[in-house]
Amino acid sequence: MNSSFQLEQFVDRVMAELEKKLADTLPPPMAERMEPMTPIDGETEIPTIKVPLPRWAEGLTELVESTPARIGVWRTGTRPLTKEMLKFRRDHAAAIDSIYGEANAALLERFGLFAVETRYENTENYLKRPDMGRIVTEAGVSMIRQSCKPQPQVQIVVSDGLSANAIDANLADVYPALLDSLDAYGLRAGTSFFVRGGRVAVMDQIGELLQPDAFVLLIGERPGLVSSKSMSAYICYRPRKGTVESDRTVISNIHSGGTPPVEAGAYIGTLVHKMLEQKTSGINLEM
Amino acid sequence: MKLATTVLGRTYQFKSLKEVLAKANEEKSGDQLAGIAAEDAKERIAAKLILSDLTLADLRNNPLLPPETDEVSRVIEEAVNEKIFGEIRNWSIAELREYLLRQDTDNDRIRRLSRGLTSEMVAAAAKLMSNLDLVQAAGKIEVVTHCNISIGQRGVLSGRAQPNHPTDSVPGIMASLYEALSYGIGDAVIGINPVIDSADSVKNILNATKEGMEKWNIPTQNCVLAHIKTQMKAIRQGAPADMVFQSLAGTEDGNRAFGIDVAMLDEADELVRREGTGTGPNLWYFETGQGSELSAEAHHGIDQVTLEARCYGLARKYKPFIVNTVVGFIGPEYLYDSKQVIRAGLEDHFMGKLQQLPMGVDVCYTNHMKADQNDMDNLAVLLAAAGVNYIIGAPMADDCMLNYQSTSYHDIATLRETMRLRPAPEFERWLNRMGIMENGKLTSQAGDPTLFL
Repeated sequence: MNSSFQLEQFVDRVMAELEKKLADTLPPPMAERMEPMTPIDGETEIPTIKVPLPRWAEGLTELVESTPARIGVWRTGTRPLTKEMLKFRRDHAAAIDSIYGEANAALLERFGLFAVETRYENTENYLKRPDMGRIVTEAGVSMIRQSCKPQPQVQIVVSDGLSANAIDANLADVYPALLDSLDAYGLRAGTSFFVRGGRVAVMDQIGELLQPDAFVLLIGERPGLVSSKSMSAYICYRPRKGTVESDRTVISNIHSGGTPPVEAGAYIGTLVHKMLEQKTSGINLEM
Repeated sequence: MKLATTVLGRTYQFKSLKEVLAKANEEKSGDQLAGIAAEDAKERIAAKLILSDLTLADLRNNPLLPPETDEVSRVIEEAVNEKIFGEIRNWSIAELREYLLRQDTDNDRIRRLSRGLTSEMVAAAAKLMSNLDLVQAAGKIEVVTHCNISIGQRGVLSGRAQPNHPTDSVPGIMASLYEALSYGIGDAVIGINPVIDSADSVKNILNATKEGMEKWNIPTQNCVLAHIKTQMKAIRQGAPADMVFQSLAGTEDGNRAFGIDVAMLDEADELVRREGTGTGPNLWYFETGQGSELSAEAHHGIDQVTLEARCYGLARKYKPFIVNTVVGFIGPEYLYDSKQVIRAGLEDHFMGKLQQLPMGVDVCYTNHMKADQNDMDNLAVLLAAAGVNYIIGAPMADDCMLNYQSTSYHDIATLRETMRLRPAPEFERWLNRMGIMENGKLTSQAGDPTLFL
């Protein structure tokens, strides 16, 4: 340990002692007192920094801006401040709502995606019976047989999964970027379509039906509090009956605050290219 | 083996031990999804009554998954001390429960007993225990482990700092870590779940956290929770990993779905002992969770409580530093609501501790489950009372990468104050030196992440 570091620590300790003495003699620190009520406002919210006497104010702004995580939130005693706690509760309410939404039909039409359903029946059942979300209905199967090019090099399927919002928010960016990327590698996609009420392993059944070499499933993730619009791409080399989870490669967190949708589209294309070269996917894929 | 009984005027005849074990579980959506749950409360009690009269030898003589066909069964079977088992083989499961709860059955007695038990016997005891039984019995068991520091001592509640970031941004991860440390959280591990499962990404995060630990002399350990294969690659390329991580399942098939087997775990074990940066002797971090075998269609008709106990039987082989069940992460199809999550959290903690594991719990839920943060408050208090080794610290309980809610930095600090618990001793001494804690309480500057800039 060098001596300037020790000196720094010493100064820190003295400062801490001073602050503690002040805290003991003065009224409670600022943020522990009542703050004027400001309404919890809409979608685009500037992160609020609540630490009353940060060691380094500018540094704190930098920290808070470097992550969507709820930091710099301060405390009353050991508990969160009232507004921060209520923001959390509001975001939980929003996440619950997005589970029950439907993907925008006009958007699906714009990309020429026809829709089939799994045997999920309704959202309650979808949540309790993931096995139903892995099986396309008989009507869906015949529609896939009629409409899709068999044995494509790359099969793309879109599904709402646990968040239809994720499809509405990201498909228009991810999908064209993915097609461009495949094109740049000289790869040909088959006939894309939409699966309502799908689970990840629905790709195994569709894989059996269409026998693609590579499969890309764009699916809405379970909604989080920071974003209820996060999409995942599950990519797999020759998914078939008996494919296990570790055979699939996943890119999660595709949304404006995570992996940017356009970039994700391009990256998926690169992964598909590697999979077809290496004839494998999941944990065996060398990235 | 008697598999019939009469309850409230109706006679129940079960076909197998597997069926009795499944139907003796408290209600779980996962057992219902698998089609093996009790029809109603009466059938559940019938199964519990039958189970209470079965002996430990009955359980051992009727393997649910024979060691010849399943390597997890082999690991569990090979660990049994025959002398100790011989002393207790005629105990009924009721007697096992009552022995654990007796006042003169202390930590050392349980430690000895545990070497004669299989995971199935441990699960069977849990099925006959109430929530408070699970709290009290687990509370007797002290499991202290050491990686770079010791945790798990009586009176200690540690926290995993889980500063995940949706794009693995190193500055973002470090910012959230500074916030954790400023609340006194991070003594169990600085553990990051990466978005990108590549050796480069793992290496970057391990390097950054290690640098932070060295700069501030933080007495803790780092870990990046990528697939074990990826971590091994990163370690071989020189990444500084104090321990290695892997998710476990309770069957060989389940582990295959995770892309692992015992041979791979053995290989990683050897590697981390040779090339890891941790002091040891405990150099593993495992995560488990009821329902993962069913989710991989690798459950063999066995209920999720028994399978969870078998994960711990496998984990025990590697003498891990920390283990946690990610109890509410897997979803409502396995644990439907808060009642089921709370029950599972207490079961898992007890079953792990009884197999001498340093159990933590990720007290958590997803947004498609019928649970909310108040339920997590409840479970966290119950587990703190049961002596849980550590729980998870995420900023305001919200993991912005994994998209679920757990417990917060604030929550761990609050549990310590209200339940009179402390951080791990060496970590607390460091918190004192940093001016974050004094006499077991946070100081006025705690909660300021710029302390670390």
